[in-house]
Amino acid sequence: MLEKALKGSKAYWLWLFALLVIIGVGFGFYLKQLDFGLGITGMNRDVTWGFYIAQFTFLVGVAASAVMLVIPYYLHNYKAFGKITIMGEFLAIAAVIMCILFIIADLGQPMRLLNVLLYPTPHSMLFWDMIVLSGYLLINLVVGWNVLDAERNSVPPAKWLKPLIYLSVPWAVSIHTVTAFLYCGLPGRGFWLTAVLAPRFLASAFAAGPAFLILLCLLVRRVTNFDPGREQIQTLSKVVVYGSIANMFFFLCEVFVAMYSQIPEHLDHLKYLFFGLHGHGTLVPWMWTAMALIVAGIVLLLIPSARKNEAVLAVACAFTFIGIWIDKGMGMVAGGFVPNPLHEVNEYFPTFPEVMIAVAVYGTGFLILTMLYKVFVGVKEELAA
Amino acid sequence: MENNRRSFLKFAGVSVLGLGSLSLLDGLTSDDVIAASGQTSAAEATYKQAANALTAQRWGMAIDTRKLNDRICRNMEKACHRLHNVPDLENKKHEIKWIWDTEYKHAFPAKTDPFLAERFEHLPIPVLCNHCANPPCVQACPTQATFQREDGIVLMDFHRCIGCRFCMAACPYGSRSFNFRDPREAIKNQNTEFPTRMKGVVEKCNFCAERLAVGKQPACVEASKGALIFGDLEDPQSEIRQVLKENYAIRRKQNLGTNPSVYYLV
Ligand code: SF4
Ligand code: SF4
Ligand code: SF4
Repeated sequence: MLEKALKGSKAYWLWLFALLVIIGVGFGFYLKQLDFGLGITGMNRDVTWGFYIAQFTFLVGVAASAVMLVIPYYLHNYKAFGKITIMGEFLAIAAVIMCILFIIADLGQPMRLLNVLLYPTPHSMLFWDMIVLSGYLLINLVVGWNVLDAERNSVPPAKWLKPLIYLSVPWAVSIHTVTAFLYCGLPGRGFWLTAVLAPRFLASAFAAGPAFLILLCLLVRRVTNFDPGREQIQTLSKVVVYGSIANMFFFLCEVFVAMYSQIPEHLDHLKYLFFGLHGHGTLVPWMWTAMALIVAGIVLLLIPSARKNEAVLAVACAFTFIGIWIDKGMGMVAGGFVPNPLHEVNEYFPTFPEVMIAVAVYGTGFLILTMLYKVFVGVKEELAA
Repeated sequence: MENNRRSFLKFAGVSVLGLGSLSLLDGLTSDDVIAASGQTSAAEATYKQAANALTAQRWGMAIDTRKLNDRICRNMEKACHRLHNVPDLENKKHEIKWIWDTEYKHAFPAKTDPFLAERFEHLPIPVLCNHCANPPCVQACPTQATFQREDGIVLMDFHRCIGCRFCMAACPYGSRSFNFRDPREAIKNQNTEFPTRMKGVVEKCNFCAERLAVGKQPACVEASKGALIFGDLEDPQSEIRQVLKENYAIRRKQNLGTNPSVYYLV
């Protein structure tokens, strides 16, 4: 099947080439980072995780959201999703690979990464994260590929895939839960020290992931002969709005606890993010933009006539995706580190090289995604012919 | 290091985790690693104990804030940083510090009262790793590069550290520093007795484990003119226990359950 990724129109190759250029540029910056050290990023002694780990966290969510297709299709026998479930699984593959790349980009000594496996440490959440992410990658590769292969040969998928598919459901939940546990088990970080972090991560993932998938579906319909289907897209949009509302609900729960209890260790981080602290407020405009986008997305998606108009739907999905990306990808990580444990305010903002390296990782993800989708669409077109 | 690398490659070979591409990364940076490790081969995670080594069941420190002033704090910091090859970096963002002094309100953010005794308003409070009995940094570290010794000292293996900085997120005291760049250029007078670090690893106060091993008290204690008392917290006869018996002492964020081994007499 893989050969399908190697045959394509001029536009296809041009797109791949453009991605390769982006990856190349970012890789150049990465070499610089390897040479100089992580000092070329905006991270500092107080904000020791930044853009990379935030993207990692966000993308774990995108990966986990494939479950929002798997559950209706395999568990509730919602046939319509049969057409696009593999798209979700392939998106998960690309997302997990990006996650791993972001982790590597963030390490001070990347060539020692496998020390995590050489000295397995069950009391470290990072150890478990590595295990569940690798497992999830494997499951989606095996399931996605084999189901597509069966479809191509017009036979039902092999029996042994079923248990693996069922396993993928709790496994998807586990990857984002363990990722939340990286943060919420740390005693001195009031912003993350909340049991609602894992549920909130999942909710925002189930909004942002499917929102992105809708955009991908609309794109695939435009640039190929395969139509993911109107019904499918409409159903997904309901998943997005449920997820997004649940995310906002959990967020407001957090706000209530912090504001009503008024415990400074919890409240100060929120103050920093939304109003600034001691005259420092780099992220304030970002956070309000994020909130505005998320709320606007919810409103648009709640109005049936708006949701059914695919142009409006695309805008609503873009709003939701970008809003959650800012909230999770900028605010969540930096917000937890400011103020620092000594209650000093040292801010963080990513640098240009840092952003370029991140863009290159996204480029790699899109490259993988493009080729996987090319195979997928190729099979669909072949069957339609 | 060589050993590490070999087993790393073997592991990469058999890895079924889809991380095979890392060997490419390894190839790209191996020169760097060797160059980096060459100079630090003296780094030992644990120190050979001499016959006159100081030992304890659980090491601890009492800091008598009544005996402190700016000059003593400066001297302690200098003594520690010079001895341990802590670089003097201009860019505050990349700063490395093992012991430094800060204001009371930063050392004890939850104990900041509006009508604080005047003496504390501008008193320098030295802060360093607390060598917590229940250390969250050790719990978080995915490689056991940060570990706790039998005698309670929380140590680091600079050769195993992958630079993930999970320990820094976990430490509720900001005791740890990360080498955002090669520290060696910024070390003025290198102490050849103690290893320098490479970029990309974390470091912090080691309670002078290398000095205890040869029968010496920590450098900051020596430089403190009696303001710092170092000893065995589990030994009821030790000086530190006597001092703690007779004076009221507080610890940083003891409510978090980390059980710090550094006490402040106020
Ligand atoms: S003070 Fe921080 S670095 Fe030191 S042992 Fe406690 S948690 Fe670990
Ligand atoms: S940075 Fe090093 S010491 Fe800290 S958690 Fe990671 S591997 Fe352990
Ligand atoms: S105990 Fe040793 S390492 Fe720790 S601050 Fe004092 S001099 Fe530095």
